Formats: sequence, structure tokens, C-alpha cells
Amino acid sequence: MTPEHTTEHTTEHATAPAPGEAPGGEATALWAESAVREAGPRSRPTREDQVLQRIERARRGKARVREDLVTLAHGAGGKATHTLIEAVFLEAFRNPLLEPLGDGAVTGTLALTTDAYVVRPLFFPGGDIGDLAVNGTVNDLAMCGATPRYLSAGFILEEGFPIADLRRITASMAAAARAAGVWIVTGDTKVVENGKADGCYITTAGVGTLDRGATLSAASVTPGDAVIVSGPIGEHGMTIMLARGELDLEAHLTSDTAPLHDLTARLLSACGGPTGGPAGGAVRCLRDATRGGVATVLNELATASQVSIVLDENTIPIRPDVRGACELLGIDPLYVACEGRMIAVVAAGHADAALDALRAHPLGADAAIIGRAGDDPPGLVLLKTSFGGTRIVDLLVGDPLPRIC
Amino acid sequence: MRFVDEYRDAGRARALAAQMAELCRPGRAYKFMEVCGGHTHTIYKHGLEDYLPEAVSLIHGPGCPVCVIPMGRLDDAIHIAEQPDVIMTSFGDMMRVPGGRGSFLDAKARGADIRMVYSPLDALKIARQNPRKRVVFMAIGFETTAPSTAMTVLRAETEGIHNFSVFCNHVTIIPAIKAILDSPDLHLDGFIGPGHVSAVIGCRPYEFIAHTYGKPLVVTGFEPLDVLRSVYQILAQLAEGRSQVENQYARVVPWNGNAKALNVISRVMELRPYFEWRGLGSISHSALKMTEKYAAYDAERIFQIPGVRVADPKACQCGEVLKGVLKPWECKVFGTACTPETPIGTCMVSSEGACAAYYNFGRFSRERVKEATRR
Repeated sequence: MTPEHTTEHTTEHATAPAPGEAPGGEATALWAESAVREAGPRSRPTREDQVLQRIERARRGKARVREDLVTLAHGAGGKATHTLIEAVFLEAFRNPLLEPLGDGAVTGTLALTTDAYVVRPLFFPGGDIGDLAVNGTVNDLAMCGATPRYLSAGFILEEGFPIADLRRITASMAAAARAAGVWIVTGDTKVVENGKADGCYITTAGVGTLDRGATLSAASVTPGDAVIVSGPIGEHGMTIMLARGELDLEAHLTSDTAPLHDLTARLLSACGGPTGGPAGGAVRCLRDATRGGVATVLNELATASQVSIVLDENTIPIRPDVRGACELLGIDPLYVACEGRMIAVVAAGHADAALDALRAHPLGADAAIIGRAGDDPPGLVLLKTSFGGTRIVDLLVGDPLPRIC
Repeated sequence: MRFVDEYRDAGRARALAAQMAELCRPGRAYKFMEVCGGHTHTIYKHGLEDYLPEAVSLIHGPGCPVCVIPMGRLDDAIHIAEQPDVIMTSFGDMMRVPGGRGSFLDAKARGADIRMVYSPLDALKIARQNPRKRVVFMAIGFETTAPSTAMTVLRAETEGIHNFSVFCNHVTIIPAIKAILDSPDLHLDGFIGPGHVSAVIGCRPYEFIAHTYGKPLVVTGFEPLDVLRSVYQILAQLAEGRSQVENQYARVVPWNGNAKALNVISRVMELRPYFEWRGLGSISHSALKMTEKYAAYDAERIFQIPGVRVADPKACQCGEVLKGVLKPWECKVFGTACTPETPIGTCMVSSEGACAAYYNFGRFSRERVKEATRR
């Protein structure tokens, strides 16, 4: 049940630090230190320590795909997706631009990204596959700190697909492109036999220009930084789940799909470097919280930067109807996809300025600081629950599935 | 959110925490089992352990219905799914559970038509829409979900739908608890009793636990304050030297259960002589099968299932972990043959299982995590 996109190779959605250099080397050192500390005066590691060390070695080892066939879990954005990207795509295509596995690749003053859209149903409250395909790619460019310029669009159509639906999709793509200030300048069309596709799949690629000199990186989060979300979470994913009509559940939800380039531009202008550096100098990193939701993005950042991220559940904006639907279905909204929300990590001293800049824009009206980065335990995302407890927010193993009991 | 937020009040939780601490006898350690996977989820989701006195530890019990399905049953289900013209249907959580030949997801990738449904009625709907296909519902769960499976079979009969059948894997909670209680090396002091199961079977079936085995059991709701309140009630019983069945979840659970639901189950299903549980081995009278009268809806009778019994690897010590005898890392296969990617036992299958949680986060002590959130 992936609301949209399957695995894509450019770069999105991957966690692990670049293989090749021992990922998490520093973390391990810290871990070993604390294991020794916790083991107390004994000089030899206990059996428990040995077991933990063996697990740690297995974690650090090279990503390996165990399955012989692709399963839906490989497209769900969780651990299986990461393993597939690292073990298959990164392994085959390895180069310095791909290795950071960001939302897009950045070289010189250019940013490049691509994305595939396979959402079902094609039309849903608040949008359709067309504006999703434009906004998603616009947002990936915006997350690189770039101004989106040009898009390509590839269509894979199933024999028998109504031309009227295709017109409806292209009209909404055109409107979305106008709103985002981009041109769709090239494209491709393929038609496959009946039954070989789900009506219509779209891929878009996008080129943007880096005009502000900001360097954003998932690896640059520093202890003390503020973690900001630009608006209420989980609306797109829950809208899609309900729009499929399989749940006998009704709620008035609409997708949050929207272009974020304007919001990122304002944020980067408002957050100059501490010593008059380039615009956006205080913004460490931007990520749109698509497949896998806020939790997945934050896990990626915590791992890449080897910091902890501590969230406060009380501060996470979420609309009551989204919360209600998640509660009923037993789904954690932190893992539900958004298509018009982003995570911004900002140096502590600029958090208020960043928040003001976001809130001044309609798409960021409900922006909130939801947590902070810390130094320990590295690579871990923690949540202070509104009930007053603490829990670890991990990567999902597969899709977020409704619980039966 | 109404009817939810009042059970999640941090102030009341703090007050309960203080009261619980007072009930603990200095120097004594308490081990309670939450039988039901739903409680495990509540404990995890709200970070509830932070409120428990240090002397109290919770052991996650056998009540996760997908986790206890043994590999052999899943292999049988996949065998059925791979027969011509079959559409296999099951709940979402079943999709990833590994059998001897991979999971439903793997079988689906090999070409089997396996669909996720949210209720058995959805499966019946698929049967109605696909009269040329044979639609099988992989029924799992405790007494909680058995009534809806039984109702669906009755409806199929009424509507005259003949291309629908049930692969019945419903299990019953009492024999599983008894199996744990009968273990000679048991280290449990009390039980957080199932909530939804009890809404069907009521509280009486647990009375032997209090009377014969002398362990307190409190039937408990699924909100965080419910669980804390229940731990408080168990501690209070122990402090006063009592062992009784108490109903903390009276807003949902009638003491005598739901006669209508029980009646529907007994019309369609009967006890099996024995059933294999992942990690716990064979337990007598611990599961349900379709009665002779409904043989036409029984996938086990319709399809030639291999009925292969894939024994849990000998080294797997899930049973001991479930009983609180062993810590996850003390199990012989923990972290080597048994990992979250290739789980062997029930404790590793669910991400909330004791072993999976320890595998992922054991290296971070609870103290270290709490310290990180204080800063």
C-alpha cells in the first residue's frame, strides 16, 4: 500500500551513510565506549556485550538483498527500499553525485532530480497524479535549495485509458507547472497492453538552478539545531488510503500536494549565515516528507549526521481528522506520506527567524518546531510522547499496515 | 479527541506512578506479562515503561495473532494460494510473516493472487465479484476476530456463495496462558489480561489463573492509563496478598462475555485437538477449526494441503523468552540465525516482539535514551 512512487534511482529515500567508508564509524566508537562504561568495572565484555557487538557488525556490513524477487516491501520506503537502493542501484551506478543519496543531485549551479508516480486512485480529493507529478519533482529541486526551472514528463499509458482522463491529468499538470513557474519542455509517451499498467504512470525529471549559494546536506545537522516541520503531517497518505474506498471509513480529508519552492526560497533568504555568509547559511538541510513520512526523513538525517533527534509529540502539528483516521486504523502518522510538507533543520539561533518566514507563507502557516538535534545516542530518533513517555522512532520494515488488533 | 484523550492524561499517569512505587516491596522484583499484542503496542507507542517503578518489568506475551502462526501453516496457506484460480485474502499484518518458503509478499511476487483485506466481509465481497475464482480467507486471530469470520461464513451460506472458503487459524487464549503457567521455570507474578478477547469470552475463564495458580490477572483496556491502572491493581493485589481476576476494562468487557458472539463461533467452529504455536510448540485444544456442517466452506477440506509441519528450529528459545525465563540475547540463535530480516521465532516476527525490539535497540540502555530526552 504505497500511496505513490516506487523505487527510484536518482537518489531519494536512502538512509545509510555512503558505503565504502565504514558507515557509522564514529557511532560505533561512541557505542563501544558506552558499552564499556555500562559494563562497569569488569574488563572483559559480558556475553550480552558480545551479542550486541555481533549485531553491530552485522548492521555495519554491506547492504545485501536476500530476496530473489522484488516484493512490494521494496517500494515502501522503509528498510527494504534502502537495502535495494544501496545494494543494487548505488552498487551499479556509484559516483560522487549519487552517493549522498539526496532528494536530487547537485553539481555546480545545477540540480537534477527524477521521480515516478504510480498513485492509485489517479484522482483523489485535493489533487491527482498530474499535479502530484509536477509538485513532487518541483519539491525535490526545492529541497536541494534550487529554483525549479524545467521539467520532462514521461507517460506510460494502458491500452483503453480514457483520453478524457488523460486531458484532465495534463490540464492539472499544466496548472501545477504554471503555479510553480516551471516549463514542461520535453516528454515521452508509451502505450502498453491492457492489464500491463494501472491506467497511467508518469515520470518527471526536473532541472533547477542554485541561485543562493546555500549548501544543504543531510550530513550537516549539528547538535542543538532546531527541527521544523512546515505544516500538519500525514494528510496526503491518509487521503489516498481513504480514497481507495477499501476501508468503509469516511472523513473529509484532502491531499496536501503543493509546490514548496516559494516556501524554501523565503526560508533560505530569512536565514543568512552567522557572519553574513550566503543566504540560507543557517539552514542545514531541507527534506520533503514524502514516502515514509517525517519519521523516515528524520532517521535518514540522524544517521547521515550521526546525531540524535529528539521530537516532542505535543508540538507536532496534525489535523484532528487525520489523527482520528490514524488512530482508528492503528497507523502512526509519523510514517504517513505528505506531498506538500517539508522538514527544515535550522541552526538554533535562527529557529525563530525560520519559523516566522515559514508562517508568513500560506503553505507554512502551521509550521512548528517539533524537535532538536542532540549528540547522543547518534543515529537515533526519539519521541517524547504526549503521555509523558519516551520511545524510539525507527525506520519501518515494510509498509505502514493497519493493525488487526 | 474525545474518548481518547481522557485516557492519555500525563498528570494522572504521574499520580499513578507515585502510587505504584509505594506498593512495591523494597528489594522485590516484579514480572508481569501483558498477554495481548495490543497492549505491547500501547506500551511501546506511548513510552509507558517510563512510568513504571524500576522493580516492575513487563514481559510481552504470546498474544500477537500473526506472530504465533507456525511456519507450516503459512506454507500450507501459500500452497493454497498457488492453486489454479485461487485468490487468497488476509489481513495486512500477515503479509510479511515468514514461513518456511518465504512470506505472502514473496508468494505474491512469484505470481500468486494474494490480496489484503480489512475484514472477512471484504473477502466475501471479492468472492461475489469473482464467481469463477475460488476465494480463500486466511483467518487468524484470537476470540476477538473469530466471531467476524464465523458471521461471514453464515452470510456466505445465506447468500448461497459457494466459491468462498476459510483457512481457519483462529486460536484461543486460555490454553496458551495455561501452557505458560504450567512451565516449571515460570517467573511471572501477574497478568495484564487481554481486553478485546475478554469482550467476547468475558472474565470467568481466567478465574483458574487466580485460584489454581495464585496469580493476579486484570482485564485491561488499550489506552495508556488503562495499562498503568492495571499494573497498579496487580501490585495492589500482591501487596494485599490477594490473587483475583479484576476487570479494569468494564466499559467494554462484560463479566460474562458476549453470548451472541460465542454462539456464532460455536455454530461454525469447534476446538482442534491440538495446534502448533510458533515458539510455544503444540498446545492441546488451543485453536478452532470449521465444523463438519460447514465443510463446504473449509479450505482445509477443499484443498489438498500438504500439512507439512515445519518444526521450529530446536535452538529457538522463544518459549523461554515468552515465559520471562531468558532475556532475548540469551537465546542460542538470537542475532545469528534469528534476525528481524530472517525471524525464526514469534518474538522476532513482530517489530514489537521482545527479541526484535532488543535487536534494534538493545545497545541503547533505557537510561541513555531517557537522558537524551532530558537535555
